Amino acid sequence: MAQVTTAEHKSIFSLFNLIALIVLGMGVYITYLRFTGGLAAVTNLSDDNPWGIWISFDLLCGVALAAGGYVTSAAVYLFGMKNYHSAVRPAVLTGFLGYALVVLALQYDVGRPWRLPYPLVVQQGTTSVLFEVGLCVATYLTVLFVEFSPAALEWLGLKKARNLVVKLTILLTIFGVVLSTMHQSSLGSLFLIVPSKLHPLWYSPYIPIYFFVTSIIAGLSMVIFESTLSHRFFSYKMDETHHKEANGVTLGFGKAASYVLAGYFAIKVMGISSGNQWHFLKTGYGTWYLVELLGFVALPSLLYAIGVRVKSLGLIKFTSVLAILGVILNRFNVCLVAFNWQLPAGERYFPHWMEIGISVFIVMIGLLLYRFIVTRMPILYEHPDYKDAH
Amino acid sequence: MDQVFYTLQDFLLHTESVTYLLVIATLVGMTVFWWFLTGKDED
Repeated sequence: MAQVTTAEHKSIFSLFNLIALIVLGMGVYITYLRFTGGLAAVTNLSDDNPWGIWISFDLLCGVALAAGGYVTSAAVYLFGMKNYHSAVRPAVLTGFLGYALVVLALQYDVGRPWRLPYPLVVQQGTTSVLFEVGLCVATYLTVLFVEFSPAALEWLGLKKARNLVVKLTILLTIFGVVLSTMHQSSLGSLFLIVPSKLHPLWYSPYIPIYFFVTSIIAGLSMVIFESTLSHRFFSYKMDETHHKEANGVTLGFGKAASYVLAGYFAIKVMGISSGNQWHFLKTGYGTWYLVELLGFVALPSLLYAIGVRVKSLGLIKFTSVLAILGVILNRFNVCLVAFNWQLPAGERYFPHWMEIGISVFIVMIGLLLYRFIVTRMPILYEHPDYKDAH
Repeated sequence: MDQVFYTLQDFLLHTESVTYLLVIATLVGMTVFWWFLTGKDED
């Protein structure tokens, strides 16, 4: 465990910290405006466009990109791929922070944070897909918290509690997979009621499946991307096992992502076919759809495959960024670009700068929390008291 | 691709036929892609 190095004694007046301070200051100011002046004070949302980037980016992308937790846990604990074990804790932490920030971001969009538990305890809309999403996200956030807690308990020296939670690992992993399967697809199901508003190329009865499959792609790619960043900035925190397993994780997850992307490409084409939407491909929206499908699905699939075959870690890492951008582009297209596509240009939505400011603010909180946790808790290394405990 | 369908039967017959052909192509394609992806593992 190479914990204490000069890297830890860097000055707090670094460029990153300075940028973080500015972003946090801006975020606090916009938060004040949002909760005192309402949505109109800081957003361009309207009755025609009630869902802006706080939903398309913070929520839809946030949930998809946090899928690394269940994907990695399932690979290691359910499918027995123990050689990826070192990737579990960073992935679960990313997932936990991702979901926690999704819930935080939702408060800005929904307002009245004290009513957050209302759907659970006051007024259950059991016929609503959104109720299922809310219930699953609340439950899965709790599951992720418990899955993450052994690292915190090891850090705090609470051995008994830690050992108790570790015994629940398999159960928690199964819960995580079930809940993720349900709500990742349900986020897509939200769009099933808007066939007249969502462009036919993006609308499909299979949209829940698309959302679920893309969450697997996002999860696999995020683990590779997050591992790359961790090696760049927190290499001094990693133990020998992490360094040794890192290349295997990149190659293995790259291979899986390549195959899932290929499958996703196939079911997307089948979606066009089953709706007979081919003629839309000749329009402007069709061109944009092909950019998404060929540039951010087919291309990453091929690049991942080539990277895996020639064992080019650099190519796989580059492709992970492309695949993540592809998932983000897909969520933006479904929620913003192709949504209300028949409205005149003047009535279309474009985010206010303060909406973007809040999204940047929330991402920054995530980065700072991640840094705080990995520099203190045994995330990138095994605690000396629990070596080989897995 | 731009043909006119007069009945739901015609429409479904056409779209389902094309989709089934795509399913077969996908099954073959995914198998070949798997060989491509894992080919060097066995070398």
